[in-house]
Amino acid sequence: MGRYFPLVWKNASRNRRRSLLTISSLALSLCLLGLMMAIYHALYLSETDPAQALRLFTRNRVSITLPMPAFYLQRILAVGGVKQAMEFQWFGGAYKDARDPKNFFARFGIDPNKIFTLYAEMRMPEDQKKAFQSERTACIVGRRLAEKHNFRLGDRITLQGNIYPMALELVVRGIYDNELDPESLYFHWEYVRQAMPGRDQLSAISILADSPDSVPRIIHAVDEQFRNATVQTRTETERAFGLSFLHMMGNVKLILFSICAAVTFTIMLVSANTMAMSVRERVREIGILKTLGFRPSAILGIILSEAMLIALMGGIASYFLARALCGVIRSGPAFSSELMTLTIRPQVALVMQLAAVMIAFVSSFVPAWSAARINILEALRRTD
Amino acid sequence: MKIPLAYNLRNLAVRKATTLMTALGIALTVAVLLTTMAMVEGLNSLLRSSGNPLHVLVMRKGSSDELSSNLNRQVFQDLKFKSGIARGKGGDPLASLEMVIVVNLPSVDNPDGSNVTFRGVSPAGLEMRDHIRLASGRWFQPGRAELVVGKYIASRFPDARLGKKIRLARADWEVVGVMDAANSAANSEVFADVNQLSADNNRTEVLSSALIRAADEAAAPALIRDLEADRRLNVTALTEKEYYELQMRSGDLFRYLGLFVSLIMAVGSAFAAMNTMYAAVARRTREIGALRVLGFSRASILTSFLIESLLLASLGGLLGVLLVLPLNGFSTGISTITFSEVAFHFRVTPPVMAAGILFALVMGTMGGLLPAGNAARKQILTALRDI
Repeated sequence: MGRYFPLVWKNASRNRRRSLLTISSLALSLCLLGLMMAIYHALYLSETDPAQALRLFTRNRVSITLPMPAFYLQRILAVGGVKQAMEFQWFGGAYKDARDPKNFFARFGIDPNKIFTLYAEMRMPEDQKKAFQSERTACIVGRRLAEKHNFRLGDRITLQGNIYPMALELVVRGIYDNELDPESLYFHWEYVRQAMPGRDQLSAISILADSPDSVPRIIHAVDEQFRNATVQTRTETERAFGLSFLHMMGNVKLILFSICAAVTFTIMLVSANTMAMSVRERVREIGILKTLGFRPSAILGIILSEAMLIALMGGIASYFLARALCGVIRSGPAFSSELMTLTIRPQVALVMQLAAVMIAFVSSFVPAWSAARINILEALRRTD
Repeated sequence: MKIPLAYNLRNLAVRKATTLMTALGIALTVAVLLTTMAMVEGLNSLLRSSGNPLHVLVMRKGSSDELSSNLNRQVFQDLKFKSGIARGKGGDPLASLEMVIVVNLPSVDNPDGSNVTFRGVSPAGLEMRDHIRLASGRWFQPGRAELVVGKYIASRFPDARLGKKIRLARADWEVVGVMDAANSAANSEVFADVNQLSADNNRTEVLSSALIRAADEAAAPALIRDLEADRRLNVTALTEKEYYELQMRSGDLFRYLGLFVSLIMAVGSAFAAMNTMYAAVARRTREIGALRVLGFSRASILTSFLIESLLLASLGGLLGVLLVLPLNGFSTGISTITFSEVAFHFRVTPPVMAAGILFALVMGTMGGLLPAGNAARKQILTALRDI
């Protein structure tokens, strides 16, 4: 088959405009297909980040919005396999004008002496860590959040509480780097606890396991411990916990599958149409090739190869487009840590190319088949 | 002089396969856009019809939703005697102290669990919501751990069907009724006795919000001003209608996703349409020469090919609309900014369909302009000599 390659190449580059339009059209569709596959892969198939794999979350069984007694934290710390555990408390509230969506970002009350153990991937200069730990009204912000709002060290941030009827007057003492979580604000939960005595409750507890093997054991042990208490718990891995938030937005898998199906079908149509047009214009030529002794199988192969070559070029272009789109998603709203590090991984890139070639093969089979079987006399007589 | 439309129609009909494939590509692009538009339209139409303009929702100052609001029983006792509040059958003011919590239950779409709003209401609260009818079973009895679920909850959450029991903090709550709340968000809520629900959650003094009915249209704004101005109460008030309309931005994510995907697909489809039109122009080079000899101007050649492209695109647009029509009435649920799921029906309305056709025509113009220009620029002699 290799010896026909020059012919295939000549055919593909004969109508340059058509080939370029087809390649561009395929590239745009394929990049969407690649992007959806990358998202699916990141959410459901990829290995959990090693730091993340050791972390778990405990919440009230009924829902995350309901609290648990604060003493649960001490009880969880005593569970075998738990290396560290810390309150991870959603504060809500309003920053400046809450009606502007830009002013909505995550604010969590945590324990400043534990957070850097639990979230080892958070990077921050030592002096900023110390400054954050030693001042009760200190807070730290993610790099991207700081850039968005132009927060600098020493800036004051006031959060007007709603769940907690109080105003938090915070001072920025650190700016941290964490690709998984670039847009959050962390402050001492102790600050709220002291301001509101009598509401000693928590709604989420973050747990660090000592090894991956302990993870399932901890999940079982923690929930079992509170099974007969007034407030029961639900413990799950950080990954599952994060996905549950994403799934609340809608049926994510169905959305991804529907887009993929629509896009795949579009690619088939574009590819089939181009090959049908090319073959139709070359019927006489095919007749000539046949008189020269080309077998039907060779003609079939030449036309299928042309379609696959064009699709492959579209596939390669789509890889770069999809990478650019990943960048757009990464800079989008931070509602899932998996999407914050979205890239086109080699396996996804490979599947994209395979999909392109397969779709081209299937869709150009009909025009290629009819060209291969055409009667020589009829083909030579064709004037169109 | 215009080239007859029949010329374009016949040309599209002669190349059936190519026409159909190009049109289908456009149709799929239109379908992606319209699916998300029908979804957002369904959500918004539900939210628009959910609130009663006479109902005033009272939350603690600074709260934008009932879930994050805390309202003390004492505050409610004070605000219930404001003037301008309608009276109920028994002569008492129509005001209901309510408690809203969110419960995670496995749904048909999401077995890992979706959030459902559980609302504790008082008898006045039920009297005010006169659009709600019982579809089956009976109402909950005060003082008992009983639930009445909205009709969408009953169909989307297997654990919340009639007769099932749901364990909250302390008690097992029995589902005793299913309610039909016309076209409103209450179909996605679960109602219970407010005192019972707050006791179960150990929150008998601090509840969530209050719903009060103004005596008439004119009284509502005055009542809101009065409540907001009362610093002792420290509350924020808005009509229930406004409250639901504010939630319309919950659909924004889907709107942007739909636009993002369909715009990229649209550029691809426009390229494909361009391909088809270039091929049409190339095949008919001699015809174009002949038309010019007959006296048709360059402008009418340009218009004719552009019209052909637009016809092709509108066929695609129509097919796209046909593709999404079966979605009409299909129900789904998404999480709103109130942090719980609201179920609604897709709505393929005439404006949505018109948007789809318009979108297709834009693709047709993008794809047809260059080839039509190419056709119009052809020289008569070279065109006629073309084989």
